[in-house]
Amino acid sequence: MLSLFVSFFKIGTFTIGGGYAMIPLMQREIVERRQWLDEKSFMEQISLSQAMPGVFAVNMATAIGYRQKGLWGAVSAVLGAVAVPIVIILLFAVVFNTFRDNVVVEHIFMGIRPAVVALIAVPVFNMARVAHVDWRNCWIPIVAALLIWLFDVSPVWVILAAAACGFIYGRAAE
Amino acid sequence: MIFIELFFTFLKIGIFTFGGGLGMVALIQNEVVVKHHWMTLAEFTDIFAISQMTPGPVGINVATYAGYTAVLHAGYSPAWAVVGSLLASVAVILLPALLMVAVLRFLSAHRENRDVRNVMSALSLVVVGIVAAAALVLVGESSFGVVGYNRRFITSVCIFIAVVVLSMMPKKLTTTFGGRQFSLSRPSPIVLIVLSGAVGLLVYGW
Repeated sequence: MLSLFVSFFKIGTFTIGGGYAMIPLMQREIVERRQWLDEKSFMEQISLSQAMPGVFAVNMATAIGYRQKGLWGAVSAVLGAVAVPIVIILLFAVVFNTFRDNVVVEHIFMGIRPAVVALIAVPVFNMARVAHVDWRNCWIPIVAALLIWLFDVSPVWVILAAAACGFIYGRAAE
Repeated sequence: MIFIELFFTFLKIGIFTFGGGLGMVALIQNEVVVKHHWMTLAEFTDIFAISQMTPGPVGINVATYAGYTAVLHAGYSPAWAVVGSLLASVAVILLPALLMVAVLRFLSAHRENRDVRNVMSALSLVVVGIVAAAALVLVGESSFGVVGYNRRFITSVCIFIAVVVLSMMPKKLTTTFGGRQFSLSRPSPIVLIVLSGAVGLLVYGW
C-alpha cells in the first residue's frame, strides 16, 4: 500500500505537462522497478485509461492501485499522484490571485496567452491522425468544433450525441 | 451555495472528459466561464498555462486552480477558496475512478464488446473537434488583443506562429554549417511558455 503511494507520488511529482509525459516514468516504476504489470498488460492498461473518461494519470493510478490492493490500494495510489501537484498549484493560485492586478504580471501573461492557444491547437493534428480522421469522416470533428465554438454548445451534449450515434450506427451496420 | 454548485460542476467535468487534459479545456471553459461566470476567459487561459508548468496531471491542476479562483471571486476568504479547490479536485476524480473500478471488475466479460468499440471510435473522432474548439474559443481579444496594426496584436501573432513552428519541428534537428555540427532539440511546452512570458515582459515593459 505504501509502495503504491510512493510510486505514484514520484510519478505525480516529477512529471510536468501531465498525461502522456508521465508514461516513461510510469513504465520505469510500474513495469521495471515494482513489476506490478508486465509490458503487455501495461500497454493494455494505457489504452484502457486513455479510452475511459477522466484524467489519464488518475485513471492509471486507480487501475494499478485497484489491481494490486483493491479499493484502498486505488485510494493510496491516487492520493500519491495528486498530493504534491495540488499543494504546488494551490501556492500558485494564492500568489497569482494576489498579484492579478499587477501590471508586470499582466504583461507576462499577455505574452503567454497566444502561446497557450498554439499549444492547444498543435496537438489537434496529431490527435486527428491517431483517430483516423479522413475526408469522409472529417465533418464529425468539424461540426463538433463549430457547435462548441460558435454556439456555446456544451461539450457534454456533443459527447452524448456522439456516443448515441456511434451505438446506433454500429447496430445499423450489422 | 457555491460549494455545492462547484462540486456538481466538476463531477460533470470529470465524467465527460475524454482525451486527457486537453479534452477538458473546452468543457471547463464552457462551465466555468460561459455558464457560471466564475472567471473571465483571460483568467481561464492563464490558469491553463500555469497548470501546464507545474508538476502533476494537468486536469487535476486546472480543477484545483479553477476551484480556488471561483470561490475567491464569489467573495469568500482564501481559506474557503482552498476548501473549494479540494472539493473541485475530488469531484473531478470521483466518477471516473468509480467507473474504472467497475470496468476492471467486469473487464473480461466486455473486453470485445462491439457496441463499446463503436461508441469509442465515435468519441475519438469527436474529441478531436472538442480540442480544436478549445483552441478556437481562446482565439480572441483576451489572447491576441484587438485585430489591427498595433503592438499587442502583432506581438501575439508572432508568438503564436513561433510556438506553432517550434512545437511542430522534429524532435531533434541537426545541421552542419562551416564544418561544425549544430543541433536543436524541440523545446518542451514549459520552455515555450516561459519564453513567451519573457517576450511579453520585454515588449510590454515592466
